[in-house]
Amino acid sequence: MPGLGTSFGRGGATTNLMDLQNSDCILIQGSNMAEAHPVGFQWVVEAKRRGATVIHVDPRFTRTSALADLHVPIRAGSDIAFLGALINHVLSNDLYFREYVVAYTNAAALVEEDFRDTEDLGGVFSGYDPEKGSYEPSSWQYAGATEAAAAGQRDPGQSGTPDSAGRHRSARSETSGSGGPAVEAKPERDETLQHPRCVFQVLKRHYARYTPEMVQEVCGISPEQFRKVADALTSNSGPERSSAICYAVGWTHHSVGVQKIRAAAILQGLLGNIGRPGGGIMALRGHASIQGSTDIPTLFNILPGYIPMPHAHEHESLDDFVAEDAGKTGYWGNMRAYAVSLLKSWFGDAATEENDYCFDYLPRLTGNHGTYETVKAQLEGGCKGYFVVGENPAVGSANGKMQRLALANLDWLVVRDMQMIETATFWKDGPEIETGELVTEEIGTEIFFLPAAAHTEKAGSFTQTQRMLQWRDKAVRPPGDSMSELDFYYELGERLRAKLAGSTDEMDRPLLDLTWEYEKDDDGDVDGESVLREINGTGPDGAALSSYTELKDDGSTACGCWIYCGVYADEVNQARRRKPHWEQDQVAAEWGWVWPANRRILYNRASAAPDGTPWSERKKYVWWDADEGTWTGLDVPDFIPDRPPDYVPDEDAQGPDAIGGKDPFIMQTDGKAWLYVPVGLADGPMPTHYEPPESPVPNPLYPDQQRNPALEGIETPTNPMNPSFSDVFPYVFTSYRLTEHHTAGGMSRTLPYLTELQPEPFCEVSPTLAQERGLEHLGWATIVTSRSAIEARVIVTDRIRSLRLGDRRVEQVGLPYHWGRNGIIPGDSPNDLVGAALDPNVHIQDKVGTCDIRPGRRPRGRALTAYVEDYRRRAGIGAESEKEEG
Amino acid sequence: MGRLSGRLDDVTGDAGYGSSGEHPPRMGFFTDTSVCIGCKACEVACKEWNSVPDDGYLLTGMSYDNTQSLGASTWRHVAFVEKPTSTSVDLGMPGNGPPSQGQDQEAESGDDSIRWLMSSDVCKHCTHAACLDVCPTGSLFRTEFGTVVVQADICNGCGYCVPACPYGVIDLREDDGRAFKCTLCYDRLKEDQTPACAMACPTESIQFGELSELRQRADNRLAELHEKGVDAARLYGRDPEDGVGGDGAFFLLLDEPEVYGLPPDPVVTTRDIGSIWKHVGAAAAAVAGLGVAAFVGRRR
Amino acid sequence: MAVTSRIGEWSLLRQFTGRDRLGRGEAAQSEQSRTLEPRTVQADRVVESICPYCAVGCGQKIFVKDEKVTQIEGNPASPISRGRLCPKGSASKQLVTSPTRVTKVRYRRPHSTEWEDLDRDTAMDMIADRVIKTRKEFWEWESDGKRTRRTLGIASLGGATLDNEENYLMKKLYTAMGAIQIENQARI
Repeated sequence: MPGLGTSFGRGGATTNLMDLQNSDCILIQGSNMAEAHPVGFQWVVEAKRRGATVIHVDPRFTRTSALADLHVPIRAGSDIAFLGALINHVLSNDLYFREYVVAYTNAAALVEEDFRDTEDLGGVFSGYDPEKGSYEPSSWQYAGATEAAAAGQRDPGQSGTPDSAGRHRSARSETSGSGGPAVEAKPERDETLQHPRCVFQVLKRHYARYTPEMVQEVCGISPEQFRKVADALTSNSGPERSSAICYAVGWTHHSVGVQKIRAAAILQGLLGNIGRPGGGIMALRGHASIQGSTDIPTLFNILPGYIPMPHAHEHESLDDFVAEDAGKTGYWGNMRAYAVSLLKSWFGDAATEENDYCFDYLPRLTGNHGTYETVKAQLEGGCKGYFVVGENPAVGSANGKMQRLALANLDWLVVRDMQMIETATFWKDGPEIETGELVTEEIGTEIFFLPAAAHTEKAGSFTQTQRMLQWRDKAVRPPGDSMSELDFYYELGERLRAKLAGSTDEMDRPLLDLTWEYEKDDDGDVDGESVLREINGTGPDGAALSSYTELKDDGSTACGCWIYCGVYADEVNQARRRKPHWEQDQVAAEWGWVWPANRRILYNRASAAPDGTPWSERKKYVWWDADEGTWTGLDVPDFIPDRPPDYVPDEDAQGPDAIGGKDPFIMQTDGKAWLYVPVGLADGPMPTHYEPPESPVPNPLYPDQQRNPALEGIETPTNPMNPSFSDVFPYVFTSYRLTEHHTAGGMSRTLPYLTELQPEPFCEVSPTLAQERGLEHLGWATIVTSRSAIEARVIVTDRIRSLRLGDRRVEQVGLPYHWGRNGIIPGDSPNDLVGAALDPNVHIQDKVGTCDIRPGRRPRGRALTAYVEDYRRRAGIGAESEKEEG
Repeated sequence: MGRLSGRLDDVTGDAGYGSSGEHPPRMGFFTDTSVCIGCKACEVACKEWNSVPDDGYLLTGMSYDNTQSLGASTWRHVAFVEKPTSTSVDLGMPGNGPPSQGQDQEAESGDDSIRWLMSSDVCKHCTHAACLDVCPTGSLFRTEFGTVVVQADICNGCGYCVPACPYGVIDLREDDGRAFKCTLCYDRLKEDQTPACAMACPTESIQFGELSELRQRADNRLAELHEKGVDAARLYGRDPEDGVGGDGAFFLLLDEPEVYGLPPDPVVTTRDIGSIWKHVGAAAAAVAGLGVAAFVGRRR
Repeated sequence: MAVTSRIGEWSLLRQFTGRDRLGRGEAAQSEQSRTLEPRTVQADRVVESICPYCAVGCGQKIFVKDEKVTQIEGNPASPISRGRLCPKGSASKQLVTSPTRVTKVRYRRPHSTEWEDLDRDTAMDMIADRVIKTRKEFWEWESDGKRTRRTLGIASLGGATLDNEENYLMKKLYTAMGAIQIENQARI
């Protein structure tokens, strides 16, 4: 989550669900919280009971809107225009929390003279290379910082900087998951906020044209509605009050997803709502351990604890690798200790100072190796073996056809699941078998379906949406051949190591030197606690460590994930703590374990004024106890415990020593919340409104720049994009979840109790669209994009609005995406319609696109491909792709 | 003792469990629909606990309501009502079908022009329960908690209870033949546990407890909402003087009961047969005969 | 079922002799009702767990009787969920006891039209062989003259529904293997 990571220093929700009850105003945008996180929503209801104002900004009137005090319909994909206007409103009416902004954000920092804004360059920032479609971001730096970078110490670019091969170094944005990107030096500051190049003034200019009138034009929101939201937020922020923002995939699943979150971060920074009770940004994540699977990543570009994967072109040695961060101010300055401890944990005694702790064992990146690039490689024959574990890309990923054609081009595929999902059966009954694009006998993919254990059948920890690790005990053994991923991967490793034993081939050394001994439980299954203990780390005496501050760079400590260090402190599984909430205060610090260091609200030093006293009695949380010489309060202080508020570091201080007494954002190199991101993002230092890759309207803010200039395309014939403002694809579609189902449906549309609640695929349309296209309530409709056409039953409802943007009307088609060809009630998958066009920071696709909708069922068999081809031809989409698919 | 209509303060005592103090207090549900998020956790939790079979897979088009109504295999049912707020003429009809097509919404763009009401319905566990009064086998009975329960080991599927219910709650399960409905988790109550639906409810829309206390809580909530200007808020089934003597499971609604598909003024259907029941012996014997006949006829 | 056994539950006798003269309450109580108890009480053990669906992380209690899951309900002790569950969490028992769960290894030979049976041990061995072969076939020491030490032949997708410990072993093993295209739902 680089949106939060670059802004505040850590890529996780800044607050927790329970703390929402302390909010005076909650803005839910990019999230349908009541439907997607119903039990978390109890805290919003609690806040409302206590008098909070709840606002839902969303294209649809949902079950969240039904409970909100105010629902504001917005055109899907136009969030930055709305948030930018709120930022403008706060800045131009002096509604920001001045003391907080000056002391705790980078508003006062001066920006490099060479920097040019989108206002100056027709919608792009300085450093843009139109040939490569990417930025060279050195001009975005703080004044005074670029000199050092230019001297050649490091490449100041993060993601998006093309390397010598012209590829994106796109792996870097997510390394700010814990520890913001490094800047070379603390910036020059103007605390009067008057200097024309200070961040405050730069922001003001950048957002000056984001007015309520523009919001009406771009988002379809009236100035009156805009005003209501602005008033609610600003009147509920400040020393005595606080407001929270909740978002989910309604923001992240966009080609400008990271920048939407950044816009919220700027707004909350200006209003002084970060690090304070009832404030913050609540990232609502969609899977049981999606936070955990980024902290301990099954992601290509990072290692555990957000340590970057090394790049072939820059990281020849461990020294080169850590040079980028070593010696920096803040906690990221200790990266060598984190990296060495990880290598010790993986390669044990084989990792020595002499061999660079086996740093060479790590495979190197050369660009974007994300899932959509991988699928492209599979289509092109460059990737032949595929493990799919607890995921169903044939239904759940964008452009289902591209996914399935890739599966058909593999040598072998391992699918691990509890139910027979579409990814395992595409060769038998997938949509392409029906159309004749694939023929079963011609598909050479060898497939192993291995039954998976359920959550009740294995012990382990999930990290939920507020960074909390919670342990599950094992209730029963897995049935039949079922086994956990823990046992599967352990056994696979055992077999690989046995088969390669005695190999003298250098390529096998990492596997053979791997530490791979874990304790077993009474059933003979791998004991998850012994793995958690390795993740936690051990010291020279072999005892579990209690904090990442104990990690050393001399090989004497081992730690599998530095940010999780402490989860096994005192040899106790802290994630298994279960003291009932009624035996604790509201913070409930003795339930589970939260990274980092069990801090429940991040950056909580900001809950006190610069002098260390609470901003107000009402919002008291963490404060400086001068008598004891320590920070104290309701939570674990997110600060150096004994560092007084008046501490000023030496000019040349490094690492944590450089954190001043008034710098609450300790993972940032300058200790401040970043309203402006001088380094770390691929598509600009400030969020800017661009239209989605497929849009029915021109970009009114930047007529010369329709889409995100750094947009990352997946160029393959099966992934054509609809041209914008096309009469052939005149409507906007947006896909989403329903309460009654879960993601790609493997865990819900196989269950009778959930299927009966929402039995089959449907689309939701407004009465005006229904009339325009002759769609009948409960009748069938065919929805078509340049990728495919699907059919669904029609629900005509006032919950879907026609939106008026200037002189045009925009109609939206709502598509719950849970269905596929298997399960109790089979149906078409809406993700077959979605094209893969990606955010350049995180390589996530846009869930919004354009489409056509017609009454009646879709054509069958070969007629379906002809039907879609005809649309492509009429829309003027290249003849090449037609040939490829015909 | 043995009243079939009107106010009755100790329904449990009336059913032979002794005077108040000798039996547990009357337990019930207060469903506050103003905080219902329509998640249907209650429907699923009920089914999981009570092993109620699925009720068929039908996309009804009635907003997000695909289980349609309470029945033998749906003991909690969440109603969804989509209702334009700008319509000045309120026809008092449930607005859960498709909206009339072609109305120009453009003028309403950006307005809060719709309300989406959600309400989890359940057996009312009436003070005067007609289903129980007409049950010839004694399958339906009043428990020590004042709730009304079908005893599956006695029910013979005669179906007398079905038309007797003024709310249309109880029904026969087709493939089984017997009558089923909410038991207010009778088994869980015996161990002082919360019924499954109330336990699951994310927002405390479904509250479980002693009826007298729930009524107090509901009165407070109603006052609070009225204070906030939610004038349409009202309690339904709260009044011990109403046609069924008040419900054991009652509601806070945000509109007329009809909007939610609830009868506006339910009356116990056995109100006028009380005199017949004074001749207990004869009546019981006669009904027993009927019951056996019905049972044999159905289950053959 | 015999008609007589039901008639045997007939409560007329109790009705005439007890306080419940109308036979609508205590006197009508069947034997089953009298001895009724919730199955949670009969559980051999109760295990504390976390809901596997979304990321709220609701506490669950798993009731086990004779090595079978007999009930899953919210854990009231959790400060996050306070015992509550959404419809998916409430359907967890159906999820883990589903009759359509596949519990045997299935194997599809290249170009085949049918699934086949395969014992797990053989499957594991075959998978290990495939990994070794593909890894070698696509091994790359260098790219554009720079050391890469990797294989682009093997990819993996999934992790956000898995445990931290599982993700950890996956990332550790894949990295040692030289596989880098390791991804999960966080990107989808």
